[in-house]
Amino acid sequence: MSGIETMGSEATGPRMRVTLTVNGADHDIQLDPRTTLLDALREHLGLTGTKVGCNHGTCGACTVHIDGRRQLSCLMLAAAAAGSAITTIEGLAGADGAPHPMQAAFVAHDALQCGYCTPGQIMSAVACVAEGHAGSDDEIREYMSGNLCRCAAYPNIVAAVREVAGSTMAEAA
Amino acid sequence: MKAAAFDYIRPETLGAAITLLSKHGPDAKLIAGGQSLLPALNLRLSAPGLLIDIGRLAELRDITLADRTLHIGAGCTHAHVMNHPIVQRHAPLIARALTEVAHPAIRARGTFGGSLANADPAAELPACALALDAVMHAQGPEGPRRIPAAHFFTSLFETALAPDEVLTGVDIPIQGDTQWGFAELARRTGDYAMVGLAAVARPGTIRLGWFSVGQTAILAHRAAAILTEGGPLEAACTALADDLPAHDDPQASAAMRLHLARVLLRRVVGAWGER
Ligand SMILES: Cc1cc2nc3c(=O)[nH]c(=O)nc-3n(C[C@H](O)[C@H](O)[C@H](O)COP(=O)(O)OP(=O)(O)OC[C@H]3O[C@@H](n4cnc5c(N)ncnc54)[C@H](O)[C@@H]3O)c2cc1C
Ligand code: FES
Ligand code: FES
Repeated sequence: MSGIETMGSEATGPRMRVTLTVNGADHDIQLDPRTTLLDALREHLGLTGTKVGCNHGTCGACTVHIDGRRQLSCLMLAAAAAGSAITTIEGLAGADGAPHPMQAAFVAHDALQCGYCTPGQIMSAVACVAEGHAGSDDEIREYMSGNLCRCAAYPNIVAAVREVAGSTMAEAA
Repeated sequence: MKAAAFDYIRPETLGAAITLLSKHGPDAKLIAGGQSLLPALNLRLSAPGLLIDIGRLAELRDITLADRTLHIGAGCTHAHVMNHPIVQRHAPLIARALTEVAHPAIRARGTFGGSLANADPAAELPACALALDAVMHAQGPEGPRRIPAAHFFTSLFETALAPDEVLTGVDIPIQGDTQWGFAELARRTGDYAMVGLAAVARPGTIRLGWFSVGQTAILAHRAAAILTEGGPLEAACTALADDLPAHDDPQASAAMRLHLARVLLRRVVGAWGER
């Protein structure tokens, strides 16, 4: 099942029906085929935690997880995401509502100023640790380099990622 | 800006994708990872009426090693290719080059075949394909055909693929005693390079694949011939002036680019040691 259905032939407008699986819940939405996943999340589903920065793949503000891997929602058609498990910043907290350890670490390390890049940073950071790319500060910087922070909170972001990576490694040991 | 209106379809098989492509002609465009195409559509550099999504075709996802040939399916993501043990072992040049391609989130979606078909002169993989003497596999309504990398990159963002052909994968010959090297100069991590080199030495041949030096990735034939014959590295550096097009752009003047190319050649071939 692809979760995609084409509805009409007019040039523009909501002429495609797709089923998006976001944070564990299925949503049937009608959209214009041009709609990016980023716009679908924000404008169709009201999930505004995922931010629009450059809309061209250069800033990382729109980072989400697709089937567990970090990807840029501004460079993905919503229709292409149908059939995948999509996780946004809204879906990161535990079932009891407790913040994800990475969210807690960002708070503890004051890893933000204005907060605009933060959802993307956190989604990327969670994946960075899961990929095993947080072994040293240099490695964290390299593997977080797709996420820009206009407020330059970088040292505190690295500290937050390092803390979570350290406790994950301690658990594994 | 947003893309011009288009239809979207995700066929289940490669055959169905090719049929759609030949039926809709130039109005249709393939989309794999979309990491180059979506920015181009949003800037309205391109306005196809139909996007045919081949990004999930399992047929294009194989990485195999047989008969001293490494095959990489066009649909493999950059991340999958660079982390694959067969690629790391037998084509370390590719694994190394991919670490310089964009950022992790883009590498998780952009594809090996998409980068080659896109034929960006600043991209790393076309130069690697040239240096490794790779063979492209294309498939169209008339069946499959093979195109040597040396004939594949025809001009700026243009390849030898016919409009109704899909790049299905790439064969890389694996030979013993291969030495390789890779270096690029970019202003920041993840940026396209100002100049870059993918070099491969096999028994009896050295190939120097360059990127960000002109309209396409190119092989430096004269410099490579000097090195193959065991000539001095400095003579090869001098020969680069004839091999590389004099290419000025806002990033670097032709003279600066030639200087940087020589720096890279000394670094890469110098590291191979006494020859
Ligand atoms: C911010 C940013 C930075 C980047 N930095 C780099 C970099 O440093 N180096 C680099 O090399 N790349 C870079 N890229 C590009 C990236 O590597 C792309 O993933 C890649 O160029 C295209 O792969 P894709 O699968 O996304 O192709 P798409 O965007 O889906 O397609 C690109 C083109 O190829 C065609 N195509 C795709 N697959 C096939 C096929 N199998 N057969 C025939 N035609 C096909 C499409 O029709 C389209 O014309 C960057 C991208 C971004 C957004
Ligand atoms: S908004 Fe997607 S990378 Fe900037
Ligand atoms: S906290 Fe302001 S952009 Fe990062």
